[in-house]
Amino acid sequence: MQTFRYSKPSSIDQALSGAPAAKFLAGGTTLVDLMKLNVEQPQTLVDINLLPLSKIEHLPSGGLRIGALVRNSDLAWNTDVKESYAVLSQAILSGASPQLRNMATVGGNLLQRTRCAYFREPASGTPGGYGCNKRTPGTGCAALQGLHRTHAVFGTSNQCIATHPSDMCVAMAALDAEIHVQGPKGKRTIPFADFHKLPGNTPHIENALEPGELVTYVDLPKPVEGARSVYLKLRDRASYEFALASAAVVVRIESGHILYARVALGGVGTKPWRSHEAEAELQGKPANAATFHKAAEAALAAAKPRTDNTFKVELARRCLVRTLKLATA
Amino acid sequence: MAERVDLRPHASHVTSPQPELAPDQQTLELEPLNVSPTGSSRFSRRSFLSGLGATGLLVGSTPQAAAAPAIAPPVEDQADAPGSATVTLRINGKSYTLRSLDTRATLLDTLRERLHLTGTKKGCDHGQCGACTVHVNDRRVNSCLSFAVMHEGDEITTIEGLGQPDQMHPVQAAFVEHDGYQCGYCTSGQIMSAVALLKEPIGPADDDIQHAMAGNICRCGAYGNIVAAVRQVRARA
Repeated sequence: MQTFRYSKPSSIDQALSGAPAAKFLAGGTTLVDLMKLNVEQPQTLVDINLLPLSKIEHLPSGGLRIGALVRNSDLAWNTDVKESYAVLSQAILSGASPQLRNMATVGGNLLQRTRCAYFREPASGTPGGYGCNKRTPGTGCAALQGLHRTHAVFGTSNQCIATHPSDMCVAMAALDAEIHVQGPKGKRTIPFADFHKLPGNTPHIENALEPGELVTYVDLPKPVEGARSVYLKLRDRASYEFALASAAVVVRIESGHILYARVALGGVGTKPWRSHEAEAELQGKPANAATFHKAAEAALAAAKPRTDNTFKVELARRCLVRTLKLATA
Repeated sequence: MAERVDLRPHASHVTSPQPELAPDQQTLELEPLNVSPTGSSRFSRRSFLSGLGATGLLVGSTPQAAAAPAIAPPVEDQADAPGSATVTLRINGKSYTLRSLDTRATLLDTLRERLHLTGTKKGCDHGQCGACTVHVNDRRVNSCLSFAVMHEGDEITTIEGLGQPDQMHPVQAAFVEHDGYQCGYCTSGQIMSAVALLKEPIGPADDDIQHAMAGNICRCGAYGNIVAAVRQVRARA
């Protein structure tokens, strides 16, 4: 690991006045891991754990404001979240381990690197290491012809096919969350759908943050009255594993018909994958198996699997059908 | 592995008469990296085996009083070279002031290599195995994924602070009773996790215990006995 300077400011303004090359350090669960691998090599770390961003508050609009430093476990166990945004609580508790959820923050979860094994292994494997356009732009993508069973089938490019790893973000995509950031140029808000970037030709750029900007809050809109929400995660083992496919669903049923539907998929996209196609198939339709299957077909219609991850298309279809059944049972 | 580790009382850092240390305070002067302390050295079994090329750990015979404020941000002070800092850690009810601590030092390595609290184990060093689990402010965390300098003002509990052989914590006693280990390497992490989960809002079933213990891997496969030990403590709580 490279030597770094360390500071621990107590105000947001102080934190923002740090060196432009500084990285913010919160829970550390991704950053410290990647620093040990020399994948991340910050010269300065600004520890933001003293900043006043650890609260969950009610908004006048009826929504919920989540501070960027709220720990994942605190958010998952929050009474309001469990009652009104169940999909978010379930998603968080399905990810990582209890120790990591105690450390990891909401802001850090949003900003965790989209990563695959080749990204994490700069010095091993083939002579000179594996190519990774995300880690070192221009060095190619070892996953394209390599092991890519767990890689993405949505949002890929010929530069990168790594899967976005977060469960929390899939739920937030289905909840229409909004992200508040603050930087040297002031404050702004970013709709959740615009926050994460597709790899395209710049896979090393993973989100819409400008240099020096800090995530301060995530706002959830007022809960949809009468709606139910469910997160279902399918993976190689029962716990402490990334999703092969997951689904976050928020639906409201009246007289047997679907009046409101939000669908997002995890484990299949290079970013949390909101499916407007599935939502369009659900809207106004009878809440039955035939509708769910049509929605799942629509959701996966544009998937582009490769040799080893073709199975994800059918797995994600079944995952979405099952999740819709659970949410409307 | 050519570095020397000097465990002798060392007087060279005592500059002037110092106030008395409280019984629960200790100051450790850490030599900058790659500088061997002068004088003869003594190897401990641990330092010899660790192979870290560790620097000298000098415990002052009349250490400077660590009159550190209770919760002060550990900024790089004048005496510290870039990349090092002074931090006071509160561990098992005792304060340790570490001067010239490398900012890269994880909490795990600091506990083991600097403070010789070796009950906490290093397994994967990447947050995947749970052997390094300790409590920070009563919550379980992976000490391998945290820098020591981040923990000024935190209350840290390690396996050494939980119980003693003649007065074991109920979870430790249950692990003994149910044979919740084989080689023992993961055990301190398993026990720290199990103690923490007693206060977490998880369900009552064995399945809930298994999910709550998912961050601790046991390669000997003592899982059934570990679950039995945790189940027993929960039933009696």
